[in-house]
Amino acid sequence: MVEPVETTRAEICVVACAEIFSGAGEIMASPMAPIPLLGARLARLTTEPDLLITDGEALILADTPAIGKSGPIEGWMPFRKVFDVVASGRRHVVMGANQIDRFGNQNLSAFGPLQQPTRQMFGSRGAPGNTLNHPTSYWVARHSPRVFTDEVDIVCGVGYDRVDPDNPAFRYHHIHRVVTNLGVFDFDGPDHTMRARSLHPGVSAEEVADNTGFEIAELSTAPSTRMPTAEELTLIRDLLDPKGVRNREVK
Amino acid sequence: MTPAPTDKTSTLDDVIGELRDGMTIGIGGWGSRRKPMALVRALARSDVTDLTVVTYGGPDIGLLCAAGKVRRAYYGFVSLDSAPFYDPWFAAARTSGSIEAREMDEGMVKCGLEAAAARLPFLPIRAGLGSDVPTFWEGELKTVTSPYPDFDGRAETLIAMPALRLDAAFVHLDLADSRGNAAYTGVDPYMDDLYCAAADRRYLETDQLVSTEVLVKSVPTQRLLLNRMNVERVVHTPNGAHFTFAGEYGRDERFQRFYVESAKTPEQWAAFSKRFLEVDEADYQRAVTEWQGAQEDQQ
Repeated sequence: MVEPVETTRAEICVVACAEIFSGAGEIMASPMAPIPLLGARLARLTTEPDLLITDGEALILADTPAIGKSGPIEGWMPFRKVFDVVASGRRHVVMGANQIDRFGNQNLSAFGPLQQPTRQMFGSRGAPGNTLNHPTSYWVARHSPRVFTDEVDIVCGVGYDRVDPDNPAFRYHHIHRVVTNLGVFDFDGPDHTMRARSLHPGVSAEEVADNTGFEIAELSTAPSTRMPTAEELTLIRDLLDPKGVRNREVK
Repeated sequence: MTPAPTDKTSTLDDVIGELRDGMTIGIGGWGSRRKPMALVRALARSDVTDLTVVTYGGPDIGLLCAAGKVRRAYYGFVSLDSAPFYDPWFAAARTSGSIEAREMDEGMVKCGLEAAAARLPFLPIRAGLGSDVPTFWEGELKTVTSPYPDFDGRAETLIAMPALRLDAAFVHLDLADSRGNAAYTGVDPYMDDLYCAAADRRYLETDQLVSTEVLVKSVPTQRLLLNRMNVERVVHTPNGAHFTFAGEYGRDERFQRFYVESAKTPEQWAAFSKRFLEVDEADYQRAVTEWQGAQEDQQ
């Protein structure tokens, strides 16, 4: 008899990332880390077959290969055309974050003062344009109070308290989800603050509270994140990530 | 008799001789991808200084920061594209406060180059609103309100991205002729044509200098990114994009990691500089080949 393999936290995170794209339709899924990449590909193989995915360089993939693998292509998407897609709104990006605050402001640029930071990261990258133009979600592999902080040092991704309701240029702003190693969150709390949608099995509200620098709405009443189905586990383990890259990103 | 067309082939020294302190220089490529590194190395070892650099930054701006050439930087990001990702010399320039950062969204760089290419003072863009980008620009970045109200009667106020006018542009293309026609052979043209279109003086380095006939037969027509109107000088620099990648060669990941490691102490950097930076391009390429050989032997 074969021992049943226990579902890992990483696999639960992959499924939670797949659900970011539920109902997304025929848009470009742009995941920026392994777990959300696996999520996007899992969504494409299950409920969202019309998603566009790329090789992360300039090619649009026709099939849904394993992480790190290429395959037949269906189109061309060099960087300059990515900016056209961003402006069109037909995209959902899942970015990483060095910091996120309760209103969804995100930083991946630097820590400290703007003109003389204490630590330099990437700069703002595409975060300002992404968040103003199309759905944006975040993936945080290590949920900690350093990431989920009261105030971000530099606003790259725009949060809800920075939206000017009188300026229709902000009308496409939407932060859809934050998925972490501890749970799934959105910004449907009071005044568009961060709210718990679900906590992963085995994670307590106290653990999340201890690892977040601000109060999260509906934390004590959040249900459990759903477990992967047998089909999803097979797709993740056998097809999309046979080498277990996911388990290196989340233990 | 028809007069001969202009032969634009030049040396790196010819290019550097045309540059002046305080210029604004746009550098093509993207991160650690098809950067005009031979031109960057020549600029880094020249006397030219006090530069404003416009770039999708990688080790190009890193090397210029290491040489103390940069006063102000306009960039969407700075990345080495592989571990450890953050360029050590750009980071050192930022944390010491020695450069003025005009950080922006990646799409704003393209927008600013397009404005300059079309000789427009600005182009409207949504990216940047609500973020700290305007704070970085310290009053230099304004908004513009649409004269056309929306369907609901409200007018949109957008970022008025100013034209990124360049005194000079550096780009690296895989193939070129002596007149300034040039093509890329990889998967992405990046923004190299826009950098040239935004600049007064356009400097092209190329891995392969070929006849016009060979150029146009070597690639599909759509890859002919630059025409003669967009180039002043052509420099033949085989492996010139090293240690970033170009059409015919991959990124030299080991050398890039060595560059990052060498930035860790003044002693290591002095050794790196002496061997790879205080030398001309031919000696650089020889030193790299020798270094690669030593790495292979260690394997």
